[in-house]
Amino acid sequence: MRRLRFSILVLATASCCMATLLAAVGDGQWRTRVPERARLQANPLANDRDAVAAGAKLFQQNCASCHGNQAEGRSKRPNLHTDRVKHATPGELEWLLKNGSLKNGMPSWSRLPEPQRWQLVAYLKSLP
Amino acid sequence: MTRFAAKLQYLSALLIAMCFLTKAGSAQETYFVTYSHEMEEPGNLEVEFKSVAGSPSGGNSFVGSALALEYGAKAWWTSELYLDGQSTSGESTIFTGFRWENRFRPLLEEHWINPVLYVEFEDTSADKSLLEVVGHDGLADFAEHNDRSEKKREGELKLIFSSNVRGWNFSENIIAEKNLANEPWEFGYAVGASRPLASKAGPKPCVFCRENFLAGVEMYGGLGDRPSLGLHHTSHYVAPALEWRMPSGTSFKVSPGFGLNDYSNRFLLRFGVSYEINQIAARLRGH
Repeated sequence: MRRLRFSILVLATASCCMATLLAAVGDGQWRTRVPERARLQANPLANDRDAVAAGAKLFQQNCASCHGNQAEGRSKRPNLHTDRVKHATPGELEWLLKNGSLKNGMPSWSRLPEPQRWQLVAYLKSLP
Repeated sequence: MTRFAAKLQYLSALLIAMCFLTKAGSAQETYFVTYSHEMEEPGNLEVEFKSVAGSPSGGNSFVGSALALEYGAKAWWTSELYLDGQSTSGESTIFTGFRWENRFRPLLEEHWINPVLYVEFEDTSADKSLLEVVGHDGLADFAEHNDRSEKKREGELKLIFSSNVRGWNFSENIIAEKNLANEPWEFGYAVGASRPLASKAGPKPCVFCRENFLAGVEMYGGLGDRPSLGLHHTSHYVAPALEWRMPSGTSFKVSPGFGLNDYSNRFLLRFGVSYEINQIAARLRGH
C-alpha cells in the first residue's frame, strides 16, 4: 500500500512540475523573440522559380486547415494577408515556422526540412 | 482467420477508404515505438491504427493492435487514447484494455534538443501491442496463454529528447513504468533516426515523389527493473521503418523489427495507417 501511495505521489509530483514549468515560461510578441541573426537571414530560395508554387502546395497540405485555403484566416486563426506578414523579414517568418508560437496555438514546423520552410516563406511573401 | 482478425481487416479497409475521402494534414511520426517532439496540431484529431505481428518460438503467432485517437489540446500538449486488442493463434481474440497518455513540451521554442514529458496510465491485460518494451519483457511473455484475469494497471513516465537537424530527426526516450500493484519500477529505452527522402518539395502535387516518403530506423528494449537494473534478461529490437505520406494527408507506415538476442522475438512486423481530422472541435461547432 505504501508503494502504491509512493507511485501515485511520483505521478502527481511529475504532473505538478510540468504545470509549473509551463506556467513559468512566458511568451510575448513572437517577433521580439527572433534572434538578430535569424531576422537578417535571406531566403536562399528567393530566386528559385518553383519555390512559390511548392510553398503553395505545402501551405495547402499543412497550413490551410487553420489559416484557410487562401490564407484568409479561419475561425480564430489569423488571416495572413496582413501588414505584419508583409513587413516581416523572410528570416522572421522562417523562425516562426521553425519555432511556432506554442503558447498562442501556432505549432512548430521544425519537422519540415529547412528548404520546405523557405518554400513556405516564399509563398507567404508572395501573398497579395 | 479469427473473427477478431477479420474485424481488424474490416477496420483497416474502412480507415483506408476514409483516407481517400478525407482532406487532412500530414500525419505524425515515422516511428512505432519511439516518440519525437512532434505534437498534434491544436484542434486536430488523428486516428491511427497500428498492428504488430509476431511468431515467437515456444508460443503461438499473434497480432497485437491498437487504435489510437490523438488530439492536440494545445500546441504544447497532446493527449492520446489507445484501445488495444490482440489475437493469438489457437487461443483467443480479446480486447486487452486502454491507455491514456499525455505529452507536454515544457520549452516553448525549438532548441538543439527538445525535451517532452510524457505521462501515461494504462489498464490492460494480456496485451501484445508492444508499444514499448520495459523491464524484463521478452519471449517468455509470449509463451503464456491469454489470461485476462491478470490485470495490469500501470503508470508510465517517459522523458523524450528529440532534435531536428538538417532534415533528420533524432529521438531518444527513457522509459520508467510502474505497475500500481506491488511491483518494482521497470525501465526501458527507445531511440530513433529518420528523414524524408527529399528535403525540397516539388511545385506540383504528386503521390509517389520522394518528398512523400520518410525512412528511418529505431531501436528499443528493456533495461531491467529496480532490483535488477541492466541488460540481463532483457529484449532488444532494431527496426527500420518506412512511411508514405500521401498528399491527402493520409499516412501508411511499415516496419520489420529484428530481435537482437535470444530473449527477443526473432521477427516482428508492424503496420500503421493514420489520417487526421482537421480542426474537429471547430467542425463540431459548425465553423
